[in-house]
Amino acid sequence: MNVGAGQAFVLIVRRELCLSFRRPEQLFQPLVFFLIVTTLFPLGLSLQLSQLRDIAPGVLWVAALLSSLLSLDSLFKNDADDGTLEQLALSGQGLTLIVVAKTCAHWLVTGLALVVVSPIVATALDIPIAAFETMMLSLALGTLTLSWLGAIGAGLTIGLRRGNVLLSLIVLPLATPLLIFGAAATERAISGTSTVGALYFLAALCVFTCTLAPFAATAALRITLE
Amino acid sequence: MWTWFYKLASPPYVYGVAAALMPWLLGGAALAIAYGLTAGLALAPPDYQQGDAFRMIYVHVPGAILSLTVYMVMAAASAVALIWRIKVGHAVAAASAPIGASFALMALVTGSLWGRPMWGTYWAWDPRLTSELILLFIYVGVMSLRSAFEDPARGDRAAALLAVVGVVNVPIVHFSVVWWNSLHQGATIVKLGAPSMPGSMLWPLLSMWLGFMLFYGAVLCTRVQAEVLNRERQAAWVREAIKS
Amino acid sequence: MMSNFWSMGGYARYVWPCFGFAGVVLGWNLWAARRLLAGARLRSARALAMAAGDAR
Repeated sequence: MNVGAGQAFVLIVRRELCLSFRRPEQLFQPLVFFLIVTTLFPLGLSLQLSQLRDIAPGVLWVAALLSSLLSLDSLFKNDADDGTLEQLALSGQGLTLIVVAKTCAHWLVTGLALVVVSPIVATALDIPIAAFETMMLSLALGTLTLSWLGAIGAGLTIGLRRGNVLLSLIVLPLATPLLIFGAAATERAISGTSTVGALYFLAALCVFTCTLAPFAATAALRITLE
Repeated sequence: MWTWFYKLASPPYVYGVAAALMPWLLGGAALAIAYGLTAGLALAPPDYQQGDAFRMIYVHVPGAILSLTVYMVMAAASAVALIWRIKVGHAVAAASAPIGASFALMALVTGSLWGRPMWGTYWAWDPRLTSELILLFIYVGVMSLRSAFEDPARGDRAAALLAVVGVVNVPIVHFSVVWWNSLHQGATIVKLGAPSMPGSMLWPLLSMWLGFMLFYGAVLCTRVQAEVLNRERQAAWVREAIKS
Repeated sequence: MMSNFWSMGGYARYVWPCFGFAGVVLGWNLWAARRLLAGARLRSARALAMAAGDAR
């Protein structure tokens, strides 16, 4: 039975979501990590609640980055381990489509989840509610970009010993512009100045990455799967 | 012309050319650096603003330029190796990575020593310093990725892809001083129009730049010879080549 | 005049370590490259000798 590209995309996304929800712990762990890391900073710096506002954007974004990295491991690894990835690659649907579908599904359960949970963390860091909109928008754009950067990194490091460390080493330098502009957008929202510039830049980074990364990630998988 | 290009894809040819070129490149580098240091340290007049501290430019700027240039060479060689499957490209990329990383480190350390008397701080999180630091991290990532694979050919290809992906950072480093107004000085040499430095200060700098480039060429030749040998260990031509 | 040179207008403790570090980097590059090539030649010679030994 011949499956069109659109149908295949939906099928793969549904499969990914199905598999993810079968193991809810795997979904919650990065979120809990996000909460824990965010708590570490105020505890380590022993700040008053009123002082937290200054460091809040940075802490929020660093925590988001680190917990996203944690969840990237599962993007390709499970399928690579049991041979499904090779089967998908041979399926004739085009590896790029498969990579796009898997990464989109991954973002839905990790990045988007992070965005949804962020108001809780933001309250703990004394970020004013007025800044929530910008914060969540910037996180949404940022985590999507990160999912794509992570797809490239994950594709390159499947099956390597200490692959997660290497994955972080590869992804974090490339993700620093994200961190800088994401934190800047949130910080400007808190102080009430214009967030437009930072948000546009984040959006540009997102579009740039979403356009080119699928090809890089596919090439990475081809190198690993050969 | 195309025969020359084909020859470059041949490991024994590249090995031979590298061996022959190396002494010339090293000699040229020694001359250029000798002149640059003499003129830069002793002959150029002190700067009216920075005094003798400005002389640190003679290692900081060439080091920084080289860190970017070497990355471009590494990325180009990686792209050639990936697209046309020319293994010599991997040898050049693998050889270039540690050299480029060392130049990035040189740029950061010499810049830090220059920043202390000039800006009052050993470090600042301004765009150019930060993106140069990221460049160093990307170099380290490429080298780590290459060595993490048990199959060296696969490691080469993975590292090559990462090198190409990381090339986005290079224009950011270069244009960071244009796009953002910050602590670090703007462009003085590579910009449209005449350089904004007097001749007595500029010539030693250009000479150091040339010297560092030739030095990179010489070290690259040696490393490429080693990398080619490592990838072709038992090929027939190797027997004759290593006797010399 | 020479003392002027060494003191670098008072900045000596930045300028000389600066050039020193640059020298160390250049020196390391030469040393490491030479070492790498020597090792590669040695391994090649060994691999060829073993192959010749197997062929006998």
